[in-house]
Amino acid sequence: MTAALIGGAIIGVAVSLMLVFNGRVTGISGIVSGVLSPRKNDISWRILFLLGLLSGGLLLRFIQPEAFQSSSQNMGLIDYAFAGLLVGFGTLLGNGCTSGHGVCGISRLSVRSIMATIVFITFGVLSVFIFKTLRGGV
Amino acid sequence: MKGLISFVVGLLFAIGLGLSGMTQTHVVKGFLDVFGDWNLNLMGVMVGAIAVHSIVYHLIKKKESPLFDSKFHLPTKKDLDLRLISGAAIFGLGWGWAGICPGPGIVSLVSGDLNIVVFILAMSVSMYAFKFFEEKFLK
Repeated sequence: MTAALIGGAIIGVAVSLMLVFNGRVTGISGIVSGVLSPRKNDISWRILFLLGLLSGGLLLRFIQPEAFQSSSQNMGLIDYAFAGLLVGFGTLLGNGCTSGHGVCGISRLSVRSIMATIVFITFGVLSVFIFKTLRGGV
Repeated sequence: MKGLISFVVGLLFAIGLGLSGMTQTHVVKGFLDVFGDWNLNLMGVMVGAIAVHSIVYHLIKKKESPLFDSKFHLPTKKDLDLRLISGAAIFGLGWGWAGICPGPGIVSLVSGDLNIVVFILAMSVSMYAFKFFEEKFLK
C-alpha cells in the first residue's frame, strides 16, 4: 500500500497547488467538459492541465513503465466504448468523478461529494460483480 | 502563471496516478472486486490524497482569495438531489466496467492502447452530448 499512499500524497500536493494558486477544484471530468463546451476566457488553463497530464504520462513511460500494463482478457473494444459513454454522461450528471468528488470534495467535507463517492464506489463494486458473473473473470 | 500552475498540477497528478496503480485497469477492478479477489491497496491513494489536501484546505479556507486569482471557484451546491445520485451511479457502473475513470484514462492515452483511445473518445462524445441533454431536459 506504500506506493498507493505515496502516489496519493503526490495527488494531494497537486490538487492543493491548484487550490492555493488558482483557486480551483481539480475535477478532471469538469475540466475536460469545459474544453469540449468552452466558455470565454476559461479554456487555456484547462488545456494546459490536460497537457500536463499527458506529459506526466510520457514521463511515467520512463520512470514507471508498468503503469501502462493492464490485463483485461475479457474486455473488447465495445466494452470500452460503452463504459466510456457511461463515465462521460455519469460524471457530468453527477457533477464530478474520482478526483473532484473523491479527493477534492471529501477533503472539504462536502456532503454531496461524500455521498457521490459512496454511490460511485458502490456501483463500481456492483459493476465488477455483474461483469465477473456474466463473463467469468475480470 | 495560472497556466503554468495548471500544467504542473496535471504533471504531478499523472505521476501520482501512475505510481499508485490507478492507471492499471486490473488494479482498479481489483479494488472494486469486494466479493472476489479484493485488493484493498488503492485505498491508499484516497487516504494519501485526502490527508494532504484536507490539511491544506483547512489552512487556507479563511483566505479571501487564491494567489493568482481574485476569488476561489468552489462548488456552492449543498443539496443531495436525484441528479447527483443517479450521475454517480452511472459513473460507477462505467468505472467498474472498464476500470478507468477520466484522469487515468487521459494519462494512459500516451500508451497508444486502442482500448483507452476508444474509451476516451466515447467519454468525450458522451460529455458533449450531455450538454444538449442538459439544455433540453434539465433546465
